[in-house]
Amino acid sequence: MALAKRIIPCLDCENGRVVKGVKFVDIRDAGDPVEVSKRYCDQGADEITFLDITASHEGRQTTIDTVHAIAGQVFIPLTVGGGIRTLQDIRDMLNAGADKVAINTSAVKNPDFVRQASERFGSQCIVVAIDAKKVSGKGEPDRWEIFTHGGRNPTGLDAVAWAQKMVDLGAGEILLTSMDRDGTKNGFDLALNRAISDAVTVPVIASGGVGNLQHLVDGITEGGADAVLAASIFHFGEYSIPEAKQYMHDQGIEVRI
Amino acid sequence: MNRVAVIDYGMGNLHSVAKAVEHVGDGLQLSVTADEKTIMAADRIIFPGVGAMRDCMGEIRRLGIDDMLRRLVEDKPILGICVGMQALMEHSMENNGIDCIGLFAGNVKRFADDLQGANGDRLKVPHMGWNEVRQTKGHPMWQGIADNSRFYFVHSYFVTPANPDEVMGESSYPVPFACALAKRNVFAVQFHPEKSQTAGLQLYKNFLGWDGSC
Repeated sequence: MALAKRIIPCLDCENGRVVKGVKFVDIRDAGDPVEVSKRYCDQGADEITFLDITASHEGRQTTIDTVHAIAGQVFIPLTVGGGIRTLQDIRDMLNAGADKVAINTSAVKNPDFVRQASERFGSQCIVVAIDAKKVSGKGEPDRWEIFTHGGRNPTGLDAVAWAQKMVDLGAGEILLTSMDRDGTKNGFDLALNRAISDAVTVPVIASGGVGNLQHLVDGITEGGADAVLAASIFHFGEYSIPEAKQYMHDQGIEVRI
Repeated sequence: MNRVAVIDYGMGNLHSVAKAVEHVGDGLQLSVTADEKTIMAADRIIFPGVGAMRDCMGEIRRLGIDDMLRRLVEDKPILGICVGMQALMEHSMENNGIDCIGLFAGNVKRFADDLQGANGDRLKVPHMGWNEVRQTKGHPMWQGIADNSRFYFVHSYFVTPANPDEVMGESSYPVPFACALAKRNVFAVQFHPEKSQTAGLQLYKNFLGWDGSC
């Protein structure tokens, strides 16, 4: 017996609806976030992650209302990300019923925000979301950099060093998305995930690129992830959470069944 | 009417605890409060907690919650959760050492940074996620919950109780540690029942019906 590896369905939401972009562009509607969260919880999802992908540009109240509605029905951990910029944003989300918040762009703009947030609310609720893209050429040692704004803006920051810095400042968990893989269904960037997981003391959630159940297994066994996050394979009914857990269990991975 | 007080000493979000209790209870009067009158008048008390121990104990002392708990322990069911459980011990190693409330004999210490799992993988700290809970002793609070059910944990510190008779449940990371304690009217857990789906909701249901006996 041991700690189970977690399966986390991710709800990318825009204007109160679940959507999923392919490389953050082509958006398909996947339903009402409250219904979708409840369904995943009933199926045995280990956590829910809710990312407001338009939060940087639009009003917050829809998101707060949706988080409140989800939290009233879902008794598993709920992480909320997208447009978290101030301590008040964090407080609003925790008060609405989120258990953790994911900070991305604001950490890049002001790393000290992560320290302030973890000192105020505790590391256990501060997830730093990292969007990384491979920048090394063929034949060079692997190197990834941090990108913000849905992968549009390069920052020049080295992903491994950045992850370590975020943990030093108080991040309790890292949500690591490969911008090269997100939406491609070609599997996680396992080398990226392994590099970050080995470099930090806190749990790492692998994200970006899941197209089948073997990808989830690879994220854990090869990528060293503590949890695997996926969206479209669950939203569009290709696989259910129980199927994913059974598959992982059959491959010798400890899961909650 | 079942009056439940969730003690609020300003350290984090008690929304999920309140929601979960409301979800399983009928005819509840639930208060999230630090008000002494309300707390002392309640039929049962939930004592949660998140965050750093120094800040928690500072607020617990400032609001007189430690004294309230010492009086309440004689006659009302109390459920301690996570840092709430840790605060019930004598002393925590967190923040260079903090004296705690001392309802249970024993201390609070941190997981080592070099923990290894069965396959040689490094185990991360905090211990975060769903782990199995062995019910080392029978207790009314375990009613309807299968032995070795998984509960959701998120913590870097764990309790080391001095009296093994008070341990009701254990988990492993990778060495066994006490994750449920009981003594008189107090039941305390390291995991988060409000985040532990069916098993967690059952624990709250049991608490709402528990008379405080073992």
